[in-house]
Amino acid sequence: MSIGLHNSEFKNPVVRWIDQRMPVFTMMQKEYGTFPTPKNFNYFWNFGALAMVTLMIMIATGIFLSMHYAAHTGLAFDSVERIMRDVNFGWLIRYVHMNGASMFFIVVYIHIFRGMYYGSYKAPRELLWMLGVVIFLLMMATAFMGYVLPWGQMSFWGATVITNLFSAFPVVGNFIVELLWGGFSVDNPTLNRFFSLHYLLPFVIFGVVFLHVAALHITGSNNPLGIEPKGPQDTLPFHPYYTAKDSVGLVVYFIVFAVLVFFAPNYLGHPDNYIPANPLVTPPHIVPEWYFLPYYAILRAVPDKLGGVLLMFGSILVWFVLPWLDRSPVRSMRFRPLARIFFLLWTVCFLVLLWVGAKPAEGTYVLIARIATAYYFAYFLVILPLLAKFERPLPLPESISRPVLGGGPLPAGAAAKPMEKA
Amino acid sequence: MADTAHAATDGAPRRDFLKLVTGAFAAVGVGAIAWPFIASLQPAKDTLALASTDVDLAPIAEGQAITVMWRGKPVFVRNRTGKEIQEARAVPTNSLPDPAADQSRVQREQWLVLIGICTHLGCVPLGQRPTDARGDYGGWFCPCHGSHYDTSGRIRKGPAPKNLEVPQYAFTSDTKIRIG
Repeated sequence: MSIGLHNSEFKNPVVRWIDQRMPVFTMMQKEYGTFPTPKNFNYFWNFGALAMVTLMIMIATGIFLSMHYAAHTGLAFDSVERIMRDVNFGWLIRYVHMNGASMFFIVVYIHIFRGMYYGSYKAPRELLWMLGVVIFLLMMATAFMGYVLPWGQMSFWGATVITNLFSAFPVVGNFIVELLWGGFSVDNPTLNRFFSLHYLLPFVIFGVVFLHVAALHITGSNNPLGIEPKGPQDTLPFHPYYTAKDSVGLVVYFIVFAVLVFFAPNYLGHPDNYIPANPLVTPPHIVPEWYFLPYYAILRAVPDKLGGVLLMFGSILVWFVLPWLDRSPVRSMRFRPLARIFFLLWTVCFLVLLWVGAKPAEGTYVLIARIATAYYFAYFLVILPLLAKFERPLPLPESISRPVLGGGPLPAGAAAKPMEKA
Repeated sequence: MADTAHAATDGAPRRDFLKLVTGAFAAVGVGAIAWPFIASLQPAKDTLALASTDVDLAPIAEGQAITVMWRGKPVFVRNRTGKEIQEARAVPTNSLPDPAADQSRVQREQWLVLIGICTHLGCVPLGQRPTDARGDYGGWFCPCHGSHYDTSGRIRKGPAPKNLEVPQYAFTSDTKIRIG
């Protein structure tokens, strides 16, 4: 890159003046305007943008909530009730934030499902995928600490149970737990540091999302066929084609979001969290928020404290090595007749774990949780590595345009430069 | 690209219309979203519920002043002496920096009720206690930047642009007022 003013293509004098000195307009135009995007996206490709929008909603509502919230065990519960009753539109901002967490996880789960089904984690997008797993882990930490802040019964006992998970580790366990608590039980120091971290982590997430998008813009997007675009005939400029498609999805998303906020704001919550925290009484049936239930089910499926904790953490950490467990060169499950079935079965398993995590840990439920847990790990550690060797994938289409345009001749651009590697 | 050329002939007004409608729709949406956020910054209902203060005037002797808290601000309530009232009324109004007759600043001539915040930059002026400096006009003196207020709380000298503000208040009985 040469030193000196950037050679800007913008005509507006103010935009041009800025762009010459700091080419942000050129960058936006390149990354979000003309950015070549596979032309065959389906609506699953909306969910990255939806997640981004949800992150911004969460940060905006969170900043405004924190202006009214008091991070002190004696004040926290009442300050949240004050937000609900006295602060203008406080009920709305809190319900959006509360249900926004659920919507965020729904969107991100679908986004992850998309990545797994269409093989978006495979080379050259391994790092992009791993950054996504980092974002997901940060989201989990943020959501957990946020749930503690209202200081209701579920907040308190959720915090107690989750922080105690770390006590399972030999030698350092108790040290870590006291480090989290800042004392000898979940108390005011815990609440204070959780509030601080709950405010910090979304901005860390924002930073990692930036890296996630930066990595995406190097490799380009995957697509439902899982084959690389072979030239301009296979892509469309991001704007207006995908800005428009994302907007359609966004409108539908907002409708679902609004239905939840306005008609069932507490549907996904737990009524016990409207009882102020009491360190002397544990509620009879404690469950985490719905989005943690699959991991909670895995934790409870193992009849050993350390084993359960390791398997629970392992259930997400295994995603990090997914690009190396699945060695099949075919990305999209559309062309993998066996992997497709095994993966959809894995998805069912995930949902079964989600369901069984909310049930009492006894009788048949434990058996179901164990079977589902076994399959969860078997899929990653046994089935995928074996499938790469034994599965015979269906023939891949020649290009993205080909199946759309039928067997006919390629468009002019494609004929001129056949098989150009993107 | 061929489509664009076609659209330019007969589709342009239609495209303009769609762009305008989309833009207007987005603007209304952004406004509707911004509204509750901005409203949440305004005083909450519990804050508004504390927005009036009752003051018992009976214990305040002539020449004495008390300071009460109203909406988080100091309010000066002064039981003026006859001399102070006379001084305040003797000044020709049009010679003042912020002309106002003493009569327009009190409901009962003896009782002067003021928000005790200097109109310059928000300090609390001295003059409530008998030992305080009261400035050149026997009212209040703001030590921050040297503003002098008279016995009607009007600015007479110094950088403050306006008279001390008179809050909304009402006599609920002969010896009681409600501020706010």
